[in-house]
Amino acid sequence: MRRLRSTLVPYLLILPGGLWLVVFFAAPLIFLISMSTQTGDVVSGFTQNFNWHNYVTGFSDYHSQFIRSLLYGGLATVLCIVLSYPTAYWIAFRGGARKSTYLFLILLPFFVSFVLRTISWQYILGDNGLILEPLKSLGIVSQNFRVLATGTAVVGGLTYNYLPFMVLPIYVALERIDFRVVEAAYDLYANRVQAFTKVILPLSLPGVFAGVLLNFVPAASDYVNAAVLGGPNNTMIGNIIQDEYLSLQNYPIGAALSFTLMAILLIGIFVYARALGTEQVLEAGAA
Amino acid sequence: MTENNFPDDDPVLMRGMTQRRRSGIGRAMAPGYSRREAFGLGGLAAMGLGLAACGVAGAGKASSTGQVQSAAKKFWAGKKKHGHVNFANWPLYIDTSHETLKKFTATTGITVSYAEVIQDDPSWFAKIDPIIRSGQSIGYDVMVVTDGFEFSELVALDELIPLDQTMLANFHKYASKKFQNRSFDPGNTYSIPWASGSTGIAWNPKYITTPVTSINDLWNPAYKGHVGMMSDIQEIGNFGMIKLGIDPQSSKPADWQKAATALTQQRNAGIVRQYYDQSYINALTKGDTWITMAWSGDIFQQNLSSGSNLQFVVPKEGGNIWTDNMMIPKYAQNPVDAMTLIDWFYKPEIAAMLTESINYITAVPSARPLIVTAASKAKGTDKQTLTEVADSTLVWPTAAVYNRLFNYVDVSGKLKDQYSSIFQPVVAG
Amino acid sequence: MSVSVQAPPEGPGLRPEPPRPPRRRRRKRVGDRLLFLYTWVVIVWLALPIAAVVLFSFNNPRGRFNYTWVGFTLKWWGPKLFEYPSLTKAMANSIVIGVIATLLATILGTFIGLALGKYRFRGQGATNLVQFAAISAPEIVLGSSLLTFFITLRLPLGYITIIIAHVAFCVSFVAITVRSRALTLDPYIEEAARDLGAGPWDTFRLVTLPMIWPGVLAGALLAFALSIDDFITTNFVAGLQVQTYPLWIWGATKEGLPPQVDVMGTIIFAAGVLIAITNAVRSRRRPA
Repeated sequence: MRRLRSTLVPYLLILPGGLWLVVFFAAPLIFLISMSTQTGDVVSGFTQNFNWHNYVTGFSDYHSQFIRSLLYGGLATVLCIVLSYPTAYWIAFRGGARKSTYLFLILLPFFVSFVLRTISWQYILGDNGLILEPLKSLGIVSQNFRVLATGTAVVGGLTYNYLPFMVLPIYVALERIDFRVVEAAYDLYANRVQAFTKVILPLSLPGVFAGVLLNFVPAASDYVNAAVLGGPNNTMIGNIIQDEYLSLQNYPIGAALSFTLMAILLIGIFVYARALGTEQVLEAGAA
Repeated sequence: MTENNFPDDDPVLMRGMTQRRRSGIGRAMAPGYSRREAFGLGGLAAMGLGLAACGVAGAGKASSTGQVQSAAKKFWAGKKKHGHVNFANWPLYIDTSHETLKKFTATTGITVSYAEVIQDDPSWFAKIDPIIRSGQSIGYDVMVVTDGFEFSELVALDELIPLDQTMLANFHKYASKKFQNRSFDPGNTYSIPWASGSTGIAWNPKYITTPVTSINDLWNPAYKGHVGMMSDIQEIGNFGMIKLGIDPQSSKPADWQKAATALTQQRNAGIVRQYYDQSYINALTKGDTWITMAWSGDIFQQNLSSGSNLQFVVPKEGGNIWTDNMMIPKYAQNPVDAMTLIDWFYKPEIAAMLTESINYITAVPSARPLIVTAASKAKGTDKQTLTEVADSTLVWPTAAVYNRLFNYVDVSGKLKDQYSSIFQPVVAG
Repeated sequence: MSVSVQAPPEGPGLRPEPPRPPRRRRRKRVGDRLLFLYTWVVIVWLALPIAAVVLFSFNNPRGRFNYTWVGFTLKWWGPKLFEYPSLTKAMANSIVIGVIATLLATILGTFIGLALGKYRFRGQGATNLVQFAAISAPEIVLGSSLLTFFITLRLPLGYITIIIAHVAFCVSFVAITVRSRALTLDPYIEEAARDLGAGPWDTFRLVTLPMIWPGVLAGALLAFALSIDDFITTNFVAGLQVQTYPLWIWGATKEGLPPQVDVMGTIIFAAGVLIAITNAVRSRRRPA
């Protein structure tokens, strides 16, 4: 009886949330896949004729945007790790009783609307704005230098907007680490660097993995930052999907592009998980 | 010397065409989508009404004028007044005190529920299209939508009620002929103008010292990297054609190709810094751009708000004119009351009240002398404002200016798809 | 059940902990200080745009556009703040929806994360896949398919549909965060609890939940931030009557965002900072 109950437990746990997602996510997703092989337009209707050509067209026309999105997303993710890891480390190990306060402070700017934040960045990063004006008058950068309407601004925007999604998971993983394990390493004559690389870092990897997931995926599919902060040559695949759906009302191509993007990201995630050997590290750490 | 160089000492000239709500502070400023974008949402949602695996039947078809008129007669026969009307409009698009509506209720006994729920055409269309397709009322009897893709699509999908022309006495009597037979709605079958505005070129005299007069100035390599263009493909499509001397209102796909080529050349030469929505005003003020496509009202508002000295002109080759129109959505519950309200705004004194407050181009020329009279009776800043409104050639464009202003290309369905696929790559890359 | 513990004998020669070598302690301090600085640089950088928002809440433009600094004024902070009742209502809507959606998403997501992290079961791969897919789907796809769904079912669009949509995209974020925490759960502690006679619910309540709590809290915070700032999906499913804060802001940007919006943003931020400070002060008083 006990064995049966414990076998059922995971299924019972995922039931409510899983059901929600099946109804309100998976079903619409299947519809999306179905749409991606249709042809037609809004007024005269769409017909399902298993037109796989949509995928070919989509990919060949927009492969540069795909690559650019993966690039920007990847850069933003790496930058996020660089910025988040030390921060999460400090909060987890040195934050003391005020840990949740610091986490809250990190999330606080995101309660002020995205629109306001982006307007502010446009203001701050203007060609003759708060930051560039003094730099230009000091001669540190040329008069023609600009940040807005470049790829740099887009990556910066992506990093900024998705930072909390990296800080929180890394913090969660680090906080779990029992410092006595680290002390044991010291007792075994490890120096600080070794203690970090051989003990703390591997134990925090699940958090980093979660952070990369929550970061890279939305960042690569993002379009807002590219549209606001980027120029005509910084469009990401998200912008194209937007346009296909909304401006061109070319739903089959839009759906095909969406599904291709999702597939690329999912494959990337599984390859990454495999390479990291995340599962084994965890089992070893938990024992 | 063109009559469209608005001198500095004429601030209200700009005020004439105050900013009209387009797609938000940049199709991406807000994590939303441009007017063009959300337009597709409704269709997208409609797609799902069919089974997932099968194709979906298109909705609606364009009918001939004769069919429409007989359908209209059948519809309006026997319809009665209910005593209430629900009016959906854009924010800040009516006289502040709602005096126009109060007088309406006092005179006709019909109560009005006024809601400022329309934020932009595409998302409005996206919201109402699926509801109308499923045969339900959207809860409003009168709504204000711009001429453009959304309007064309509403007509093509048969989602508007053809107006009862017998209830438009004021309109037929007082409206200027220019607004009585527009290319996108001949005979005012479905729509009556609410307000109009124009698109031209704005520049910052701090960076550009020779006054701008021609549309070619937007293509000037001397301004490389500092030119702003709009991301709305209806706007830039028109500008591309105007540059080549093509009349957008009678243009064909071949013309669109030529215009797109000119726009692409402008983009590939690095002349365009960015394709903006409303945030062009921000960029222009800060000096990120020196010259940009603009709505005149924005320039006026910015000059007023911050004391800047931005300049505006409708190029000598031409500019765009847009009109926001009142119309009745299908399945509206109070159509007769809706017609009464629509015609009400064509009484000259009501049109004057509206124009005094919102400062847009009105379709009622006889409102102007009424404003002049009101100005003479007013005092202080009110008097100054009213005088400027009455005198502004932006609120009352001359015939010469009108002749230079073009409507958007009026297409729907497959032609619209063609138009979009030609111009979208210019903006999206 | 109390256990008496004898205090360790005090005296000069007997200390409870061996002393650390002084060299290590000094290096730790420098490293610590750098980390502390780094953390605060990140926090300040995150808050930088907010500084601009605060600044412009005191701006005094004569017209409707608030893009250029003109002059200082306090007038937007007075009764003029409520010039836009629809803004206040929109803000209230956003908070209510955010709280409800966060609660639901956190509960559902925690269960999923727990299942994925603690157990090995068939369908685990598929569940993982669905979670990852849920975050990689572009919002525009989520929004439009949900709208279609609701219309077909003739569900009236409004609060309920918004909450449903928000939960749908927040659940996976919570699940993944909790999962990474649940993966490191020590099963022996739970076994020990059961050996001591605790039933499954008690075990969960008193042992598991506290252990995964940081993950749950982090997931909840993420969900709330996602929900309160969501635009695309909400715009699809909000219908014609309900306004949320991001929707209102977007509608207003076309007229030019009035300074009242900056004031509201400042108030939200200040309230948050106040909560953070109160929490910090309170936790200082608590024994560490």
